[in-house]
Parts: sequence; structure tokens; C-alpha cells
Amino acid sequence: MPSFLLRRLAVLWCLGLSLASCGGNEKTEETGENSHTTTPYQLTLPSNLPQAISIPPDNPLTVEGVDLGRKLFYEPRLSRTGTQSCGSCHQQSKAFTDGLTKAVGGDGLPHSRNTMSLANVLWETTLNWDGAATSLEQQARIPIENPVEMHQLLAEGVRKLQQSDLYPPLFQKAFGTSIITEENVLKALGQFERTLISANSRYDQYLRKTGSLTPTERQGAAIFNNHPGEVGGVFIRGGACHHCHFSETGLFSSPDFFNNGLDVNFADAGRGAITGLASDRGKFKAPTLRNIALTAPYMHDGRFKTLEDVLDHYNEHVQTTSAFVDPNVLLSNTPNGTRLDLTATEKTQLLAFLRTLTDSSFVTDKRFSDPFKQ
Amino acid sequence: MFRLMTRSKLSVLLVFLIVALVFTGCGNTDKEAEPSSALHLEISHVVGGSSLTLNSATPYTTPAGESFTVSTFKYYLSNFKLGKADGTEYAVPESYFLVDEAKAASKTITLSGIPAGDYSSLTFMVGVDSTHNVSGAKAGALDPINSMFWDWNTGYIFAKLEGSSPQAPGNHGVLLHVGGFKTPNNAIRVISPTLAGATIQIRQDRVPTVQMQADVLRMLSGPNTIRFADTYNIMGAGPSAMRLADNYAAGMFTVRQVQEK
Ligand code: HEC
Ligand code: HEC
Repeated sequence: MPSFLLRRLAVLWCLGLSLASCGGNEKTEETGENSHTTTPYQLTLPSNLPQAISIPPDNPLTVEGVDLGRKLFYEPRLSRTGTQSCGSCHQQSKAFTDGLTKAVGGDGLPHSRNTMSLANVLWETTLNWDGAATSLEQQARIPIENPVEMHQLLAEGVRKLQQSDLYPPLFQKAFGTSIITEENVLKALGQFERTLISANSRYDQYLRKTGSLTPTERQGAAIFNNHPGEVGGVFIRGGACHHCHFSETGLFSSPDFFNNGLDVNFADAGRGAITGLASDRGKFKAPTLRNIALTAPYMHDGRFKTLEDVLDHYNEHVQTTSAFVDPNVLLSNTPNGTRLDLTATEKTQLLAFLRTLTDSSFVTDKRFSDPFKQ
Repeated sequence: MFRLMTRSKLSVLLVFLIVALVFTGCGNTDKEAEPSSALHLEISHVVGGSSLTLNSATPYTTPAGESFTVSTFKYYLSNFKLGKADGTEYAVPESYFLVDEAKAASKTITLSGIPAGDYSSLTFMVGVDSTHNVSGAKAGALDPINSMFWDWNTGYIFAKLEGSSPQAPGNHGVLLHVGGFKTPNNAIRVISPTLAGATIQIRQDRVPTVQMQADVLRMLSGPNTIRFADTYNIMGAGPSAMRLADNYAAGMFTVRQVQEK
């Protein structure tokens, strides 16, 4: 065997090894333009949230991409008036909501829906109240171009960014080209949004045994997680909230859509407008309840000002005759009853539990704040 | 350094390199690959003589004469086993599936890696074994995101039938959630629907399809007649869940056909 062949084999072997190790921190890509190096962004997944995540293979998180995404998230030049950014409606101090009943666009026009929180969107596989988008990259174009949000074609935003001094070098660093594209704007936004992880509430600390909950709060958790009804001669009391706001996943949301009995006739068809099915009319995504004390007003149309109002709804005002209302909101703590019938004390406990989901470190984390206001 | 080596040292190194290459490769070092193949299980849901339609405008009628509609019908099938005439069995490892009427793809199950052979029985569990109820990786079908989990004490909901019936008291909602893995209310059921003399012939180039039907009415009838007037809200482990589990074990699943392919 000639030795030159052998040397090649050895080189090949080393190459194979280094590819298989995948541990290299730096990744270099030949782009035809300039070579560039990105640093993988290390996402720290909290132990009590799902460990399975799906990040699009063509948009891995990099330090440079996340940093660019953060600037774009707070960039008003992506709006027609130059006054509104994602961060105008998704304000960190309110767990990325805006405190309004319904959102208001850059032109001052009213949106038909309430702004959603962005906590843990990394795990959400259906986005917006009606699931109109299924990936963050796809979702981000909607607010940018929507006349009742930022109201500017993304192509126009790209043109403005290209003319700036700030952005071309940042795109070069993140994506290897200073020629800005719509796709790369959406990718960078998606990268930043995937870092918005909230799992350091008092409830999380209790689960991780680094903190405690009061007896009232723990009783509230039980109400949240119990399905009311009789089991083997014992009547268990509860609110069955966990059937739609999954506590077991740690996300307190569901990728599915439900009619939770708000109306008999829905002004907003919700999921029904997407699928065209009569049985989906009035169904909305069960949103995360993390930081719920910070995200008032509540529901897709912001109809409830307070959490007390929300609990009054589930307890006393579910529209039981609404077509295709979910049977999980028809349950009762009174045998054969027609209302949920939690006692005033139980409502107080449930409320106390919901308040333990507030994560004060999430809403003050510098990594998520407006980089132009530092 | 290569130049200093003798020819024989070189060939030793070469062998080492090749072995190393193979091992760092895919890691899948199939020893003598035994011929294996797969089996498809196609499940259809019916309500007596009609096919099941979720949220259907025309209600169905139970054997007890009550009318009802269905908004959710889903259940776990797990721990699949295939048996041969000589009594030997092959257990399909890590076989957990959530069959959901709302998700068409979930109604076709593929069991792969089955050794070629003629099998005369098909056995599976409705529900999730106790080990997986209390611990283990909760990924795939067992991920709590599927809304089939209660908590550590009660574990998984094995089967869910939700809908409404005018005969159900209160708000007329029907919520039948069957579960429980501890005695005396262990609702895990292992069933082997008859293949009516057919054999499932699995060959390397032949992936047969077993067509199985699940009849919602057989969850509500059989050993125990369910009346929504008194049984409309079942959850957790208990005698009511046991009655439903006994029903579905007794004949909810029937094999319609074994197709050679
Ligand atoms: C005018 C206020 C406003 C602006 C500006 C805005 N949003 Fe939103 N956001 C909303 C509203 C309202 C919804 C719910 C939309 C719906 O359901 O139709 C929403 C929903 C979302 C969701 C879905 C969250 C979930 O859990 O499903 C994401 C993600 C999101 N916005 C990201 C962004 C990004 C990125 C930007 C900037 C490019 C942005 N938003 C700009 C108001 C706004
Ligand atoms: C049948 C499923 C279901 C059940 C059960 C359920 N919810 Fe909801 N929840 C939803 C849906 C869907 C929405 C959004 C509805 C809308 O906006 O139209 C929602 C919204 C909410 C909101 C407002 C969230 C926001 O950001 O505006 C709160 C708070 C809430 N639920 C708490 C609870 C509590 C507490 C319970 C138990 C008493 C409960 N939910 C039971 C499905 C459910």
C-alpha cells in the first residue's frame, strides 16, 4: 500500500472524528462572499420544562443571530411610521404584552385582538390566538405587514435597514452577508424569540425544591389540577384547568384550540376562520398562564380586566349552550350541577396559585431588554 | 512518521484505521442482520354501523337508547406482541402509540423491526404500563403535551371519550376519562383480538396490513351497560373507570382483515 494513500486515509479519519465530535464551538461557513464565524448560542433549558425542542434546522441559534434579533425586535424602522417595534406591544415589564384590551397599530388603528405573551414561545407549535402561524419565522411577517400593526411591507423595512450604518455589518456577522434579506430578518427575530424562556417563578422554585409555596397556594395548585367528580365514593373538588392549560408540561398552554364558553355567538370566529369548520367557530388557543398576573386584560379580545373576572367566568358564567363548547368547562363541583361551583375560598386559593406563576427575573432579564435604551 | 514504519507496521495501522472508521461511523454495527420487517395496523373508528365523525350534526344512539355526540376519542395502545403457533412471542420494544380520531396519521401504526415469520396472534395493551405511568422518558406518544396525563399519582389517561348527551345531567357534557394502574382499580387491559384463523406473514419483502376497527359503542356496552344519565363524568382510577375498561377489553377492537402485501 503506497504511503500517500495511507496519509490520505489518516486525514480522512481525523476529519471523520472531528465531524462526529460535534463539540466544536466555532463554525465557519464559506458563503462565496466573505467567510464568517458564528458562535452557537447555548440555550439553557430549565429542568421542569420539556427537554424536547424543535429549532428549524436552517435557523440554528447563534450568539450573533440572537443579538441581531434582539435589535430588530426593538427596531421601529420596521414600521411604516418609524414609531412602532415588536417591543412596543410586547413589553418586557408586562411579560411581553401591552396592558391594552386590544392592541393598537402604529397608525393608531385598533387591532381586533389582545396582545399575547411571548414567554416560552420556543415550545409553541401553534401561534396566534387562532394558530394562523406554526413557526416564529412565519409568524413574524404578520405583525410587520399587518395594517393594524406595524403596517410596512417587509421589503420596505429591509430597504431601510440596508441604508443604515448599524445593520449591514450585523447581518454580515450573523448570516455571512451584508446584503439584508427578508428571510434573514425573520430568522433573526425567531432566534431572539426562542431565548425568551420563563421558568423561574415561585412555582418553579417550589418544583425544584429551592423555594416554598404557602398552604393556600398549594391548595390552589390542587384546584387547578383536579378534575371535579366522584372517584370510588369520594368527591374530589377542582377546576380542571390543567386539561387545557397543561401544567404537566410546565408550559400552562396547549397547542390545541377550545371554545371555553365565552359566548354563544362569536364576533371573532377564531380557529373556525382558519379551518372553515363550523365546529371550530369560537375556538381559540389556550394560551400560557405563566406570568398571568402581569398580562391583563385577558382573553383574545381582552374582555376581562382582572383575574378575578376570569375566575368568575369559569365559575359562574360559562355559556353552556354555546355550540361545541368544550365539555371540560361544563364540569361542576356540585353533583349534577350546572356551574363549576368553586367556593369563594377555593377561588382565592386558585388566584393565589396563579400569582405564583409570575417570574420577576424574566421581566427584568437584561438579555431581553431594549438594547437601544441601555 | 510514516516513512519510519515498516510495511507490516503500516498494515497494522491500516487495519486499526479501518476499524476505527467503521466504529466512528454510524455506530449501527449490525451483526448478521436477521431478516426483519414491519407490520402496519390501520385503525378505523365506528359507532355501531356508522363511521365515527367528530362533532357530527346527527347524534348517535347508545345500546341503552341515549343519544350522544363525540368531540374527542383517543386512547393509548402499547406493548405490542406477536405470537407464533409454537407459542413463542416477539415483543415489540418501546411500542407506545396514541390513537386520536382527530389526527388521521395516528390511526396508522407501524411496528417495525419484527423478525420475519408467520404470526397467529396480535396482543396489545390498552393504556400504559405501570412503569411508564410513574417514571421514564416522557417523549413521543407519552409526552404530556398530548393532554393524556393527570399527575404522578394517577398517571396517564388511557382512553378519553368526550362529547355531549341530552341525557347527561347538569350541562349535558360527557367526559369519560379512563385510567388507573394500581390495584384494586387497575384499568390496564391486555387484549388479543381474534385473527379468525388468518396468519400475519412477515417477510423481508412483505409488510402486511392488519385492519382493525374500534367501535365506540363497545366502550359503552358489553359486560356493563353505561347510561349517561348516571355515568357522564369519569376520571381517575375507580370502579367506574374499571367498568369502561372491562367493556373495551371485551370487544371494542376487532380485526377485520389481514392483508398480505
Ligand atoms: C400592534 C401591536 C403588536 C406588534 C407591533 C407586534 N405584535 Fe405580536 N402580537 C400582537 C397581537 C394582537 C397578537 C395576537 C395576534 C392574533 O392572534 O391574531 C400577537 C401575537 C404574537 C405572537 C404569537 C404568540 C403565541 O404564543 O402564539 C408572536 C410570536 C408575536 N406576536 C411576535 C411579534 C413580533 C416578532 C413582532 C415584531 C415583528 C410583533 N409581534 C409585533 C400584537 C403586536
Ligand atoms: C376547555 C379548555 C379550557 C379549560 C378547562 C380552561 N381554560 Fe382557560 N383558556 C382556554 C382558552 C381556549 C382560552 C383563550 C380563550 C379566548 O381568548 O377566547 C383561555 C384563557 C384563559 C385565561 C386568559 C389568558 C390570557 O392570556 O388572556 C386565563 C387566566 C385562564 N384561561 C385560566 C383558566 C383557569 C384558572 C381555568 C380553570 C378554572 C381554566 N382556564 C380552564 C381554555 C381552557
